[in-house]
Amino acid sequence: MAEAATSVQEHKKTDETALITGSEAIAVACKLADVDVITAYPIRPYDTVMQYVAKLVANGEMDCEYIVAEGEHSQFEIVKHASACGARVFCGSSGVGWMYAMEALTVTPALRIPMIAMVGNRALDDPGAFGVEHNDALAVRDLGWQLVWVNSPQEALDTALIAYRVSEDRRIFLPCAISCDGAFLTHSQALVQIPSQEKVDAFLPRYNRADLLLHPDNPITVAPQGNEDWVMEIRRQNFAAMERTAGVIREAYADFERIFGRPYGNPFFEEYKTEDADIVLMGMGTLSTPVRVAIRQMREKGKKVGLVRMRWFRPFAAEELANCLTRFSAVGVIDRDYSFGSPYMGGVLAGEVRNALYPSPGRKPPVLGFICGLGGREVTVPDVEKMADSVYRAAEGKSQPLTQWVGLRE
Amino acid sequence: MGRLFAIEIIYRGIFQKTLAKNISRAIVLAAHEDGKPGISFGRYGDSPERNGIPAKNFAIVATDDVTLEEGMAKYEPKEVDITIAVDDTLCKGVESWAWYGLQPVNRLLKPGGTLIVTSREKPETIITMSHRKEHPYQLAIMTGTVSFSGLWAYKDDHTDVRILGIISRVLPDLFTLKSVQKVIMDVSKDPIKVQSAAKAFDRTSSITVRPDQGNPEAPYKFDLPKWHEMGEGIAIPSIPAGGAFEDPETHAVGGFRPDRNPTFKKYTTRTMRPVINFDTCIKCTLCWLQCPDSCFDVTPDRLYDANMLACCGCGVCEAVCPVKECVTMVNETEFADNASQWEMWKKDKKGYEVWLQSKIAGRRERSHGFRYRGQYEEQIPEMLNIASEG
Repeated sequence: MAEAATSVQEHKKTDETALITGSEAIAVACKLADVDVITAYPIRPYDTVMQYVAKLVANGEMDCEYIVAEGEHSQFEIVKHASACGARVFCGSSGVGWMYAMEALTVTPALRIPMIAMVGNRALDDPGAFGVEHNDALAVRDLGWQLVWVNSPQEALDTALIAYRVSEDRRIFLPCAISCDGAFLTHSQALVQIPSQEKVDAFLPRYNRADLLLHPDNPITVAPQGNEDWVMEIRRQNFAAMERTAGVIREAYADFERIFGRPYGNPFFEEYKTEDADIVLMGMGTLSTPVRVAIRQMREKGKKVGLVRMRWFRPFAAEELANCLTRFSAVGVIDRDYSFGSPYMGGVLAGEVRNALYPSPGRKPPVLGFICGLGGREVTVPDVEKMADSVYRAAEGKSQPLTQWVGLRE
Repeated sequence: MGRLFAIEIIYRGIFQKTLAKNISRAIVLAAHEDGKPGISFGRYGDSPERNGIPAKNFAIVATDDVTLEEGMAKYEPKEVDITIAVDDTLCKGVESWAWYGLQPVNRLLKPGGTLIVTSREKPETIITMSHRKEHPYQLAIMTGTVSFSGLWAYKDDHTDVRILGIISRVLPDLFTLKSVQKVIMDVSKDPIKVQSAAKAFDRTSSITVRPDQGNPEAPYKFDLPKWHEMGEGIAIPSIPAGGAFEDPETHAVGGFRPDRNPTFKKYTTRTMRPVINFDTCIKCTLCWLQCPDSCFDVTPDRLYDANMLACCGCGVCEAVCPVKECVTMVNETEFADNASQWEMWKKDKKGYEVWLQSKIAGRRERSHGFRYRGQYEEQIPEMLNIASEG
């Protein structure tokens, strides 16, 4: 029988490199952030995080309240209340598990709870499928959640630390969901730089709930009933908090670079080979990998294609993105999601990009939408080339369908 | 533009909800008989209604559809032709749980509009209870007990049809007696109810209330904060616990007075209030323990004083008090202020005894049969007598 863990291991003083999955990277971030309360309920692919956290706790590497709830609704409610009492919290889910927690997800931003959640992106049922689609996390896009997509275990770890820093800032106090594509990120291992505890401590102050602390020494009532005399003012406060996120995110990335020495450039979206690009493709999450490969191959054939990968979906850096996109003659947005019946029947990101461009004073390139890689289907290099070809035709002024399904058997 | 009519029915939620709704619907249906379109609605923010908390129902009628839309474009009318209060204690003011502050019962009345009150009190009592109004208005009293018609097993006492008869008298432009009688017959199939409306029409008289008559107090007001003045996270600071206070006679400091809600007063929630006999109190603590609103201040001499900032008049203290007539619930119409009874008793114990007996003796019953089993049945003959004799 293994020896029972009796104390938390000494914190490591130096950085180290480890071969870990995106889920494990998030679990390590939880350990480094010294999270107080973690709730869990198994659903694939998120469950890999809870397994890694459980292992860290069992091994004595991490000290936290680890609660396995009886369902996702309770899972998110428990951490909501713990956060109101001043605890740093973490939880997460996937697909319909996330949807089952929906009521808790709606009240969390309204109550200004800086909850950090990992969404292991998964297709919504039915059919029961484990593969990635982004509709789960996108379901909360209007509610005051900050939403960020990452595309590597390193970025998952770093973004989790940044998310705590931003969300727990008294100016913000909003939840943040970090989306990790099922399988491609949650289940594949890569070499990750794990920062020292000292650096993390220098970057991430303790969570201070301050005037909103639910505690006998600070008696307050949280979440009373309110009528039409109050609701607009409450929503306006959340609007103001979300308005402030962009600035606080910028501060956090600047500090992150200073302390950890790893630069991310523009926090909101990453540009790849855009300097001389004629057209760009856009997307979120791990589909950036096949797109980058395709871009390199297409460039060998003289097609100057670039990539704009959105990291932060909420807040959405609309003005900045619109400025960026004016440089290109056409844009193709790859959605690993759907929004049936939406304008031009496109995916969610395509609609947001068009929306961002509309008031822009600059030139507005045509925007094509591609629905691709649903349910975890591979986005192939030929798929990407096909999309780029269509975008090129749009750039030449040829009429193209505004929404195209790519990688579909037809 | 044509003419717009608005009528509000102020009632005590939830017990009088059906009564108010029935009156409001019948107004619209009767006006429709006379060729006028209209709408009837309850104030949405009042729902879900709290027991006894003042609430409102509105009937909006117009001479044509376009004019009606002018009235419908508002959440609720800004002025009314007629205000109906189906409980006379509402004349002390209206404090809904849907808004903040106290609104005088006659607040929305147009110049020359009519306040109709169901009461057994004299006009002077009603006028004294009501806040002063900048312009004259009419007061019509419909003699009657506080009606629970339409609630569960409570008897139909014709309050609704009698009020409808009065409306056709004081505002004949809205609808005629004949039209409202047709609606009453259509809805109830009861010719006696039709007769009741006609009797009320015949017997009604109203008096003019002048601007210098009525309660001169400025009603309690509350300003809603701006969005950036409000605390964040839908978190509200709690009411502080409170503490000891001073005996005005002996200057002894002691006891315990909880701090009270600074924005929600209970002046108009009550229909009754407890009157305490401090000389017979055995200090058993039961009223203080059982009060659901923590309304009792523990005085420095360890007596229990019902604080009118917090009392909602539920009567639990009377029910649990083991001493006969130590706590007696008395109709709110008997009181002109919210002063401390204990302070009155401390200053003048003989005078207080006289005051106490005057309040208890011959008090008007307001308990709707809740005091003891069979009480409601005892009250029915009186109720029916009022209904038929007016």
